[in-house]
Amino acid sequence: MNTLIAITGLGIFCLLFEILNLRKAIVPITILGLLGVLALNYCEFGTEQSYYNNMIAVSKFSTAFSSLFIVLTIFLVALSHNFYQNHPTKISDYVAIKVFLLAGAVAMVSFGNLAMFFLGIEILSIALYVLAASDRLNIKSNEAGMKYFLMGSFASGIILFGICLIYGAMGSFDISDIHESALSAELPIWFPIGMILMVIGMLFKVAAVPFHFWAPDVYEGSPALTTALMSTLAKVVAIATLFKLIAGMNFISSLDNQDLLHTFEVIVVIISIASMSVGNIMALRQVNVKRMLAFSGISHAGFMLMTLLTVSASAGVLLYYTTAYALAGIAAFSVILYVCRDQDNEDITNFHGLGKTNPLLAAVLTASLLSMAGIPIFSGFFAKLFLFNQTIQAGYIGLVIVAVINSIISVGYYFKLIIAMYSKEPNQERTGRPFLIYATAVVSIVLNIALGLFPSLVLDLLK
Amino acid sequence: MNVSTILIILLIGAFATYFSGDKLASKVALLFSLAALGCSIVLLNNYNAGENISVINSWINQPKISFALNGDGLGLAMVLLTAALTPIIIFSSFGNEYKNAKGFYALILFMAFAMAGTFLAADGLLYYIFWELALIPIYFIALIWGNGDAEERRKAVVKFFIYTLAGSLFMLTAFIYLYTKAGSFLIEDLYKVNLSACEQFWIFLAFFLAYAIKIPIIPFHTWQANVYQKAPTVGTMLLSGIMLKMGLYSVLRWQLPLAPIAAKEYMYIFIGLGIAGVIYGSIVALRQKDLKKLLAYSSLAHVGLIAAGSYTLTLDGFRGAVMQMIAHGFVVVGLFFAAEVIFRRYETREISEMGGIRTQSPKFTSMFLILVLASVALPSTFNFVGEFTVLYSLSQINIWFAILGGTTIILGAYYMLRMFQHVMLGETNSKVFADVTLNEGISFAVIIAVLLFFGFYPKPITDLITPSLENILQVINKN
Repeated sequence: MNTLIAITGLGIFCLLFEILNLRKAIVPITILGLLGVLALNYCEFGTEQSYYNNMIAVSKFSTAFSSLFIVLTIFLVALSHNFYQNHPTKISDYVAIKVFLLAGAVAMVSFGNLAMFFLGIEILSIALYVLAASDRLNIKSNEAGMKYFLMGSFASGIILFGICLIYGAMGSFDISDIHESALSAELPIWFPIGMILMVIGMLFKVAAVPFHFWAPDVYEGSPALTTALMSTLAKVVAIATLFKLIAGMNFISSLDNQDLLHTFEVIVVIISIASMSVGNIMALRQVNVKRMLAFSGISHAGFMLMTLLTVSASAGVLLYYTTAYALAGIAAFSVILYVCRDQDNEDITNFHGLGKTNPLLAAVLTASLLSMAGIPIFSGFFAKLFLFNQTIQAGYIGLVIVAVINSIISVGYYFKLIIAMYSKEPNQERTGRPFLIYATAVVSIVLNIALGLFPSLVLDLLK
Repeated sequence: MNVSTILIILLIGAFATYFSGDKLASKVALLFSLAALGCSIVLLNNYNAGENISVINSWINQPKISFALNGDGLGLAMVLLTAALTPIIIFSSFGNEYKNAKGFYALILFMAFAMAGTFLAADGLLYYIFWELALIPIYFIALIWGNGDAEERRKAVVKFFIYTLAGSLFMLTAFIYLYTKAGSFLIEDLYKVNLSACEQFWIFLAFFLAYAIKIPIIPFHTWQANVYQKAPTVGTMLLSGIMLKMGLYSVLRWQLPLAPIAAKEYMYIFIGLGIAGVIYGSIVALRQKDLKKLLAYSSLAHVGLIAAGSYTLTLDGFRGAVMQMIAHGFVVVGLFFAAEVIFRRYETREISEMGGIRTQSPKFTSMFLILVLASVALPSTFNFVGEFTVLYSLSQINIWFAILGGTTIILGAYYMLRMFQHVMLGETNSKVFADVTLNEGISFAVIIAVLLFFGFYPKPITDLITPSLENILQVINKN
């Protein structure tokens, strides 16, 4: 709870910077502020409390994921400094929007009431719509913002409809009330229908097949930093929230009571397989790196959805997977930001010869791609391992084999980028060694490898 | 002191090499690889003295993964092979200039680290991690420092990477499945799992895919010749000398004991595949015009025989396979080095452009001849001991296997000697062939000394490996 208040306060504070004319200090101070919030959040870890008539319910799950979101926001804010260099008058707006977005994200994992959940998702989404269209003179950015807004508001509408149906069935917005009454034998059919509508809405946000059509265009059109935000923070938030919704409302046992569980599981398996395969196969053909990572994100969403099959046991696995994925994503995007800062597109040709001109950044990008591909010692490997282990134990060996085949396919496009960096001649001068970009890239990849060496640090948090 | 010391030396060596700068890199790398060799010899002594050199530490609690390294005779023999070949390989590259040498030598040491780890790991997942880690350095070595047209090289290397990764991911699935049965990744726990014949069949197949691609066994060999040709010679030596032994070793250590029923049931098929590789490799080698490609196919033939020996499930087959692994490791490194020595002088790998070297450099000719003869398993070389034991074990299964497998010696002698004739003999070449330098001579001398010494006196190696091979056989035959 304190975390949420502190984040909102920090966001307002960021807006004041513009008035006080302290633009230069905004990035360092926001980072410091967020580190303070992280410490505050850490203090709340392990306590189980609810606030304001159970509007906000702080649990291990919510604090652990909030910490991840805060860390990711710190990285994204750090990258803002160089990214918005050409728009000095707007930087405080952009940073403030990111901080507010974080507030929405934290609200989404610590809600105790569906109203709060909806507030959170709207805060997050509206901030994202603004950021997607933030390069306002660029037609592609406008298109991305518009597309995202239309699709996103549809999804929000569907979620809202689902919430209404659940209210109709349960007579309450409160998660703990719903949790209890979900087990009663005679439930109106509205409850599962409402839940499914909410799941559909969240799958939109996660960009899982078949609700993924917005993702590639929006990722490509948005400014690169916004793409970084969407593919790391926003995706992680959405999947964590979806997980919390299903676990928090006792949806699985409720379906079990009504003999609908099998249908639900089949649907999850199909969506998961479809997301993985479509994402990977489409990614193979992309030449634009942002688009490629959008499709790779879709396939990773498919992997993450596998945790929904074992809701009771896999919170830790989901936390680990999202952390590994997001850290690798941040590292990759910081290199992309560096390479493509003066380019008008993000094609693979821009990366030619990066291994010769900037060996460190090339190594970071290589490591992050290897992590996403699931090569050992990077945490992406362990994420897949734990996920597969969990899923095989639950008896879905066929799904795991499909996932394994998809991991092989994904190597194809990740390595396209690696090869471009190392075996082609550089085609442009790359000057400047912006400290914040280097620092973000290195710190996030070091964290990624450290989690690979000591996976228990994150994996056991939610025990 | 325990086996982890070797890994630590190699890992630190990789970093030290990278930070020592381009000029010093090769020497630092050599120093650390020699240190690793020294360390493994000391460990061997300790092991023979009955000391416990294994390590076991818990690493991840849930799922239960341990940092377990097991130094038994088989593992130690393979680590010794790695530790002995790495300095030779590094030393053999001293005549070449590499761009960004620090990265190059650091990757070699890192690869040696990962391969030694693979041979030592006694925990399924740790083993898998080392197995995959070994793949990354060789990928970059072949991609960045390789030769030939960049576009073709890229294709060959990516194919290699995706192939091997594909195979090993199925192995990972098999490991996870075994874990759900055993509750631990430790090898002794995995050995105890009782699986039905059907489960074993799938586990066996998953492992087979991983190993058949790595070794390679027909029909999974298509990546091999191109990668051997395109990679820099150092990379080819690492691949053929050590890395493919990882696959053969893993057959003995993991595949057969984990799925013994399937291994027995389908024995004939897999021996048949191995022998098919022998014949196919030999015939294709006959027609090669590129020296490195010829050696690649001859390598395919030899490992086919080793694989066939392993799948016989007899002690002789195992023993012959391990000895032949070591012998082949040395001889193939020597042969590729000879190809490199010629390349340094003639700038070509086309056999037709060579010839007449004998009159210019008798020293090199005689050393090359010894290597060629060792490669065709002439008696008194180590290869003869290995190959003969394998053929003997095959003859016990079915005499036809031995006869067909024996073609490796006949056909091998034919294409190797024909190659020797075209490369070394004939009219004096108009191009000048400078005699071997001292550095090159030392590398050759070491390899030849090892091959001849163990050819006359293989007992130290048989004594070292037999107990652990008997253990493995016991696990296979327990039910």
